[in-house]
Amino acid sequence: MNHMTRSRIEAIVVGASAGGVEALLKVFGQLRKGFGVPILVVLHLPDERHSQLAHVFGYRLAVPVEEAQDKQDVVPGTLYVATPGYHLSVEADRSLSLSLEEPVHHSRPSIDVLFESAADVYGANLLAIVLTGANSDGAKGLARVRELGGITVVQDPDEAQVSTMPEAALALHEPDHILTLQGIGQLLAGLE
Amino acid sequence: MERDTDIELRLLIEAIYLKYSYDFRDYSGASIKRRVHHALSQFECKTISALQERVLHDPGMFMQLLQLLTIPVSEMFRDPSHFLAIREEVVPLLKTYPSIKIWIAGCSTGEEVYSMAILLREEGLLDRTLIYATDINPRSLEKAKQGIFSLENVRAYTQNYQCAGGRRSFADYYTAAYDYAMFDKTLRENVTFADHSLATDSVFSETQLISCRNVLIYFNKKLQDRAFGLFHESLCHRGFLVLGSKETLDFSAYGQQFEALVKQERIYRKL
Repeated sequence: MNHMTRSRIEAIVVGASAGGVEALLKVFGQLRKGFGVPILVVLHLPDERHSQLAHVFGYRLAVPVEEAQDKQDVVPGTLYVATPGYHLSVEADRSLSLSLEEPVHHSRPSIDVLFESAADVYGANLLAIVLTGANSDGAKGLARVRELGGITVVQDPDEAQVSTMPEAALALHEPDHILTLQGIGQLLAGLE
Repeated sequence: MERDTDIELRLLIEAIYLKYSYDFRDYSGASIKRRVHHALSQFECKTISALQERVLHDPGMFMQLLQLLTIPVSEMFRDPSHFLAIREEVVPLLKTYPSIKIWIAGCSTGEEVYSMAILLREEGLLDRTLIYATDINPRSLEKAKQGIFSLENVRAYTQNYQCAGGRRSFADYYTAAYDYAMFDKTLRENVTFADHSLATDSVFSETQLISCRNVLIYFNKKLQDRAFGLFHESLCHRGFLVLGSKETLDFSAYGQQFEALVKQERIYRKL
């Protein structure tokens, strides 16, 4: 945490796949109301139009939760969940955009797509987290975040419900932190 | 300070506009950037500047790039509940018009056009309807005119069609040959396919219904507002605007000038 200061992080991006719902609840359940940084989440889900995820998270978390909408401005402190079936990106004016470009790693939304676009916008002021999952989406995006000066976190593969995704991320680059879910939650709470 | 690649990207987009009059300047940045980077590997260009050099001096090269810059992802009766809502909520009102004009903006390879034509035929409206199907990509328009789709995809569309309230057997509308399905050409008798850009062209007709689905997500807010302006101008009083399932008027200046008829299905009416 040496080079992370309170004011530096302007956005948090998170990617998860298999086992992701429990992992996300455990990490973000530690946040208190009034947390001031926007959080963008890609969770691989079956391609269904009406995901209940935002609803479930909204009920369980202290921070406001919304399903990401096209052209919506990113509001600090809100947790945005990517819409199933669409890629989610951040635009230079810090609004969100959706896209039906081809799936990446068989996934749409793709973690790489979110991470790479967010890295372009937030650069060194971005914190990116790869959690449990059964494919390698997110590894390239995480490396890109680091390349542009952002902070990278990978869930400890020993703890992950499915370790493929954390391991793929670790194989491509050495992150700033390898942490348990509880450790990640504490790291985020410390941003306040 | 801008990164070199961002400068190069802007110069490429500007070059395309100056040379070919295709205007991608107000497209969503993140998506266009991904597609240009994809093009770099496809065309084995080391830099965007190198791609620009080739595109500027070779119209054939530009036409190839255009195929990568536009996103021809489409399916028939995509989001079946949307088409069901059109059938149940919009068609009864359309039936009150003696003649109907429909604009399908950004029709890509035609899947939305044939879906709409089938729905209108089943509702007895196709004979008195004129459909304008427009796109910026001439190759997509050519494919749309032919009405030939892969049989494998058509099998998936069949389920969509049924969920969308289809009244017949979907196979009634096409002839299968080898791996392809040729759609009934009488479906497109009243369809005019035309080159039209929401970024640079103006309104060409008064219409009762405009369908523009999964096009506006690739525009920035400014260009999106330009498109909404065109739609507003083209639509008759109380005309219908239907959008993709994740597109909304909520963040637009034009939000006040339309009302939601079926909000969940992105069906709006001009006020």
